[in-house]
Amino acid sequence: MGEPRIMDIKDQPGFRTIAIICLLVLYVPVLILMIFSLNSGSLVTHWEGVTLGWYGTALLNEEFHSAARNTMIISVTATIVSTICATLAAIGMTRVKPWPGLAAAFMVINLPLMVPEIITAVATLSFFALIAGTLGLNFGIGNLILAHTVFCIPFAYMPIRARLEDMDLTLEYAAADLYATPWNAFRRITLPLLVPGIMSGAALAFIVSFDDFTITQLVAGPGQTTLPLYIWNQIRRPMTPEINAISTILLMVSILFVSVSFLIARRRAK
Amino acid sequence: MATATLSPTTISKAALFEAQAAKAGARRNRLLSLPALIIIGIFGVLPLLIICVYSFLVAAPYGGVQWHFSADAYLNFLFQRDIFDDTLQFTPDFLIIYLRSFLFAVVTTVICLLLGFPTAYFMATRPPAQRNWWVLMITIPFWSNLLVRTLAIMFIIRDEGLINNALIGLGVIDKPITMLYTNFAIQLGLLYAFLPFMVLPLYSSLEKLDFRLIEAGYDLYATRRQVLWRVIIPLSKPGIIAGCLLVFIPALGAYVTPLILGGGIHLMIGDLIAQQFGSGRNWPLGCAQALILMAAVLVALYFYVRNTSGKVQHG
Repeated sequence: MGEPRIMDIKDQPGFRTIAIICLLVLYVPVLILMIFSLNSGSLVTHWEGVTLGWYGTALLNEEFHSAARNTMIISVTATIVSTICATLAAIGMTRVKPWPGLAAAFMVINLPLMVPEIITAVATLSFFALIAGTLGLNFGIGNLILAHTVFCIPFAYMPIRARLEDMDLTLEYAAADLYATPWNAFRRITLPLLVPGIMSGAALAFIVSFDDFTITQLVAGPGQTTLPLYIWNQIRRPMTPEINAISTILLMVSILFVSVSFLIARRRAK
Repeated sequence: MATATLSPTTISKAALFEAQAAKAGARRNRLLSLPALIIIGIFGVLPLLIICVYSFLVAAPYGGVQWHFSADAYLNFLFQRDIFDDTLQFTPDFLIIYLRSFLFAVVTTVICLLLGFPTAYFMATRPPAQRNWWVLMITIPFWSNLLVRTLAIMFIIRDEGLINNALIGLGVIDKPITMLYTNFAIQLGLLYAFLPFMVLPLYSSLEKLDFRLIEAGYDLYATRRQVLWRVIIPLSKPGIIAGCLLVFIPALGAYVTPLILGGGIHLMIGDLIAQQFGSGRNWPLGCAQALILMAAVLVALYFYVRNTSGKVQHG
């Protein structure tokens, strides 16, 4: 009776139940995986007691160190390069008079999002095999960095472009009126306002690079194991909760970066 | 309310900017998009052209290609050459894998929509603070490591996994039900992987819904069900199409899910393609298979563009 009428109008029967089921379905399996990383037994599915020992085993493993090192080299480099390229491209595609080919350029930037990952993976593999075979070029771990940069650019581009489009143009206009050079107007007005978008984009680029499995697995040469590949190698051996511990660490990194990106975006919305 | 004021502002902003752009000589700015376009052009577009060429070459015995023209890769997709009399025989093995993957992708899309729509609608009708919490809760799995999430499903449905242990413990069954490495496992894995991909686009579309139209529906004596089917669902069509596409395309090309949950027994297109570059050592065939998948994706994208452009959006 006392309920506000408007909420009643919006409700549909059963939708709340389905929403809660969806949330449980999404979280319960992952939570179980995380809980079993604390299992003191050596089985991944039989609970014996609580320990942090598997994190110790995982973190002291030499193979884990080398995989973590490779992952950080690839992800950090790909994130920096792709974020710079995406920022420049977002400015070049919003702060201009419409130019012929703008629509085509937009499609090229978004291409890595539309092509299924497995196709990008085999195409990139074929490409690097070809330039190694004909030109004798092999960039080593640079191959993976380049492959990652390609699919990181559109992820970094999206929030930066959104930020540029939301921005109050009168500020840039005022700067130009006050005889600021285009460079000064950019450095003193546009760039500071753009920083949240750039950070949000960089966080997303880092996550997709850090988590990538398909493309990395096909393109990686010997000795270029990353953390997702390391997990894949572990699955094919007899499994211990060590794999749960490593998986939990990977999930925590994703959650951290998603939350950071989300909070920045939310502050922007206010 | 926000949407009503959006378009005039955008227009005046654009006009304002055009005036300034002319003044400040902002035309040079277009060159700024070059680094991104060059990197994606060389390392993203060029490789796609290379697999087009590769698909018309002959496989080298230890992987890679030999530079002789041949359409065998495409013939091999449907036919197999008889070793003895060199005649072509229709072999639907690959075609069956494609059709199966298509079926998996369709079922995934439909179930994700049935679960995702009520979820997204429920989220969109929460008060702002709760809404943010829900969006974050769906966004986290959206960006979480797919390999790890698939692994979580594997731990639950294994023979000695949680479900079987629980059922045996309760005395419901005495030997484990085999769920891992079955079609059921792949289907479950795909649903689990792509559910957030459906919810988020649906939510961003439903969030903009003009609830006065729902009120109008009730004023005209519509039932709850009629309001849902004749007002809410038609208004959220762009979100429904976007969500279906975001689930269908990656589900059709899924690689990780069947790799881990199908155990190499139940293949999908993604594993089939990867196999040609691994143990199959038939790169041209793998390239042809990849391009056939790409063609299917382009058909889906064409359908999307045709359905979303040139229509007036209400609300």
